[in-house]
Amino acid sequence: MNRTLILGAALSLLFLGGALLSFVWTPYDTEAMVIAQRLKPPSAAHLLGTDHFGRDILSLIMAGARTSIAVALVAVGIGMGFGVPLGLMAAARHGGLVDELISRANDLVFAFPSLVIAILITAIFGPGAVNAIIAIGIFNIPVFARLSRGAALSLWSRDFILAARTAGKSKARISGEHILPNILNLLIVQGTIQFSLGILAEAGLSYVGLGAQPPVPSWGRMLADAQTMVALAPHVALMPGLAIVFMVLGLNLMGDGLRDALDPKLKVLRT
Amino acid sequence: MLVYLTRRLTSLILSLAAASLVIFLVVEVAPGDPASYMLGINAQPDTVAALRAELGLDVPRWQRYLSWVTGMLSGDFGTSYTYRTPVSGMIADRLWVSLPLALYALTLSTLIALPAGIIAASRRGRAADVGVMAATQLGVAVPNFWFAMLLVLLFAIRLQIMPSGGFPGWEDPVQAMKALTLPAIALALPQAAILARVLRSSLIDALGEDYIRTARAKGLTRGQALWRHGLRNALIPVLTIIGLQFSFLLAGAIIIEQVFYLPGLGRLIFQSISQRDLIVVESVVMLLVFAVILVNFMTDLAYAIVDPRLRRRA
Repeated sequence: MNRTLILGAALSLLFLGGALLSFVWTPYDTEAMVIAQRLKPPSAAHLLGTDHFGRDILSLIMAGARTSIAVALVAVGIGMGFGVPLGLMAAARHGGLVDELISRANDLVFAFPSLVIAILITAIFGPGAVNAIIAIGIFNIPVFARLSRGAALSLWSRDFILAARTAGKSKARISGEHILPNILNLLIVQGTIQFSLGILAEAGLSYVGLGAQPPVPSWGRMLADAQTMVALAPHVALMPGLAIVFMVLGLNLMGDGLRDALDPKLKVLRT
Repeated sequence: MLVYLTRRLTSLILSLAAASLVIFLVVEVAPGDPASYMLGINAQPDTVAALRAELGLDVPRWQRYLSWVTGMLSGDFGTSYTYRTPVSGMIADRLWVSLPLALYALTLSTLIALPAGIIAASRRGRAADVGVMAATQLGVAVPNFWFAMLLVLLFAIRLQIMPSGGFPGWEDPVQAMKALTLPAIALALPQAAILARVLRSSLIDALGEDYIRTARAKGLTRGQALWRHGLRNALIPVLTIIGLQFSFLLAGAIIIEQVFYLPGLGRLIFQSISQRDLIVVESVVMLLVFAVILVNFMTDLAYAIVDPRLRRRA
């Protein structure tokens, strides 16, 4: 166990715990507006202060973590769910038409400005958490496809795969039974990185009003609301931003720590 | 080399063709007819039909796709539905903000990342390295629009030495540069963090190579070997990232432009999307994709010139 992994996992678990806890309990009701208590700085009653409607910021951040985590997690799921099979397929048919098609399609998606397309998708098909998930998830597909193709290719020339082929196993079965378990480490590490990028992307989308819609709390929208009040009450802008930073930091540290713990030689894509 | 060049050029053209088709389809299947959107919900059906004819929306899709693509090849990016002006002119106006902003941010990020990466790699495992790495971890975790808000709070509201937003135009270059400074810093920070990490690991790889040992055996100090041989070789992956970051910054400023009310390409796309000015969206996105594909192409070419082994692959 290394310190990076412990610190990263602790930070991530803190937010995950807060998000789960918010389903049953938050210090205050996230929809209760107490105008008399608006824009109060952090105090014993409101640990992180209150926003322009007098809502408790800690409660909103806990509930907002739910949205961020859900969006980023499902987006990673989409990326892995489509990307890994595509990458394994390309590697199994290395040099063939399928490989060529998948690789070219990957390059193509990589060439698109992801943020612009995400904004396009959410603006056209309507803002909301589901469309944000799709918009972020699409760009996770080529990441996992490219990663698993590259990792699988280096495995196909190994002796134990040759043994499996001699035993008469089909390419699909070998991919599933021998290749996949061997690239799982890499996928988990990349997954944490894409997870953290998803949190940032979701925050950006909801900041410009295209992510989760009210009353669903989200960190990005809290920041957008805070923008006009940043001079009056800096804590309103500070707290949700710090939440994003610590969550992303936690996931990145966890990813780095996992990589070192599992295999220091793993090559991860970072863009 | 000629065979390689032909292959890469063919794939470049195919990628562009595929990209244009994807962009056109994504934008075209979008719900919301531009004509009815522009006229509002109370418009008469014949008025909508007339506007559709005027905008050229009544011809079949494939015809519109062909005329869009052939138009772009001759530099004609179509005419904006909303403003009735050539899209190429609108793009040119916005480029005067986006291009300098991207270059400004890239310069800043390179100026921060180069020394940081070199220091970290040459003092690997020591306090300076740990410090730089911790800073880069923080740098990639900070959302740039939030960092922008903090910059505004500090420099525009508290200290009042920088404008909080807007763009005065290039008539007064000093004010224009001042208006771009905070946005450029906000954009540069995460980019610098990524760049510094890439440079550090690339330098560490280079320092483990045989030619460094040879240089050291010839009597060069660690520092001399790093400067004369390590850095030059470590810069290749760094240049790739810089190239990619430049094309990212052109479009990636979209949210930062919102924060600072800058009239750049990002805001143009954002406004066009909300006004259903589809032809502007299509053309600007195509331009951005073209920039990325071109940068990739040139990087591949540069690699192939440097390293002949790569010509046989790809």
